[in-house]
Amino acid sequence: MSEKLLEVQDLRVTFPTHRGDIDVVKGISFDLGRERLAIVGESGSGKSMTGRSILRLIRSPGRVTATKLKFDNIDLLDQSEKQMRALRGARISMVMQDPKYSLNPVLTIGEQIGEALRTHQNLPRKQVHDRVIDMLDQVRINDPDRVAKLYPHEVSGGMGQRIMIAMMLIPEPDLLIADEPTSALDVSVQAQVLDLIDGLIQQKGMGLIIISHDLNLVANYADRVLVMNAGEIVEECDASALKDAQHPYTKGLLAAVPRIDETREELPTLDRSQWDAT
Amino acid sequence: MTAIDLKDLTISYSSVPVVHGANFSVADGESFALVGESGSGKSTILKAISGLNDEWTGEIKLFGEKIDPKNRTDISRITQMVFQDPYGSLHPRKTVDTILNEPLAIHGIKDDGTRVLEMLSAVGLDKRYRFRYPHQMSGGQRQRVAIARALMIKPKLLLLDEPTSALDVSVQAEILNLLKKLRKEQNLTFLLVTHDLPVASFLCDRLAVMKGGEIVEIASREQMTKGELKAEYSNELLGVHAQKLGA
Repeated sequence: MSEKLLEVQDLRVTFPTHRGDIDVVKGISFDLGRERLAIVGESGSGKSMTGRSILRLIRSPGRVTATKLKFDNIDLLDQSEKQMRALRGARISMVMQDPKYSLNPVLTIGEQIGEALRTHQNLPRKQVHDRVIDMLDQVRINDPDRVAKLYPHEVSGGMGQRIMIAMMLIPEPDLLIADEPTSALDVSVQAQVLDLIDGLIQQKGMGLIIISHDLNLVANYADRVLVMNAGEIVEECDASALKDAQHPYTKGLLAAVPRIDETREELPTLDRSQWDAT
Repeated sequence: MTAIDLKDLTISYSSVPVVHGANFSVADGESFALVGESGSGKSTILKAISGLNDEWTGEIKLFGEKIDPKNRTDISRITQMVFQDPYGSLHPRKTVDTILNEPLAIHGIKDDGTRVLEMLSAVGLDKRYRFRYPHQMSGGQRQRVAIARALMIKPKLLLLDEPTSALDVSVQAEILNLLKKLRKEQNLTFLLVTHDLPVASFLCDRLAVMKGGEIVEIASREQMTKGELKAEYSNELLGVHAQKLGA
């Protein structure tokens, strides 16, 4: 992992309020090679904002500042909106949480996956069609020819999410940001979707940032974990070493999850006064 | 005494049956879970019991009384429901006080406000939240309000539809502890719908596993924690959880 795909230094996301500016991401730094990085935290910890700021998707009046925000040696903060549009999707793409809201309801599956490809490459129609079918096949959709003609409301949640993944991976990006890719899905489908992302990432040698609130889930699908709380990274560790996490916040999060063989009469809750960040 | 008794319950939406002949009974004071994937019909059963859907055949008995789907004012006083999404289930333009007083007004119960304060403290909310609006509170606090609202008229049966799946894990732990405490204090019967087996394991004594509108298996909590579920599908669900925890 010598080659740095993404370099982030002192990243800040700021929103103005009546009571002055509030930093929702408070100067975080991390590097990413062609590896799998997980960003974990609760609602409001700034994890999604971090993901979005890499794609420069924070809308005004929100502001993104950083001393360094480089993707493959391109300074993302220096790019014009037009240049960013050429990067988004083609080099860095993002899988969102809920397929129900993220797919266009009036286009067929085949049309919208094809659109993702045609936006970045000029290809003959036949070739686009073949790539779409091939991609649907790669995300393990049976009978891709039939599915390509369906509309989003005609497919299940798990299938919708696989379609999203197909759409995000068809322009062959170098970095995939998956923002809670499975939290809208059933537990039994979650593993399938994550296995699928994992397999495709490894096969294409891409970088992955997986954003989630589910520590246990993430531990299995990432190499490194960043734990965020209130806009700051409180802990960084190898995914395999997550069980030995040191920070009280990480420990608290891990302990609060009920287990299948639960014997505790009461679940431990976070004592938020333990650290002064919140 | 049985709190819930279902016999050959078939529930339909627009004449399409989605739950096929469900049978189970829940004892008074017991906590029972319905688990399964989306579309397995678990919430549908809850809706039929609560009266949100009256398109069913078969028999539902609550505390020994048969339910007539067309006339159920008397029965609604002993069952209340808590919904999944605390952001969607509270009226955005009403204060906590108004929200909590509504069930009292509907059932014609006179009260001088002590019940509201009582319930707020029971769910662990300070009394300064009494005149706040839902948007001034966090998700966990809103879910506490929703639970308080359900308990206002002192029901005996609480129907819980994924009460914690929209919440963060640390907040989920708080709400689960609260539900467990309230059940003990007020001797409530719980019927919990969840897709999260560990949540069911924490909160419930018995569970029914559902698939495709049918109950595949009814088992005790011990059977599940020891991995002694019989049906193939139950073990499939269990296996998914084991894998997720990286065993």
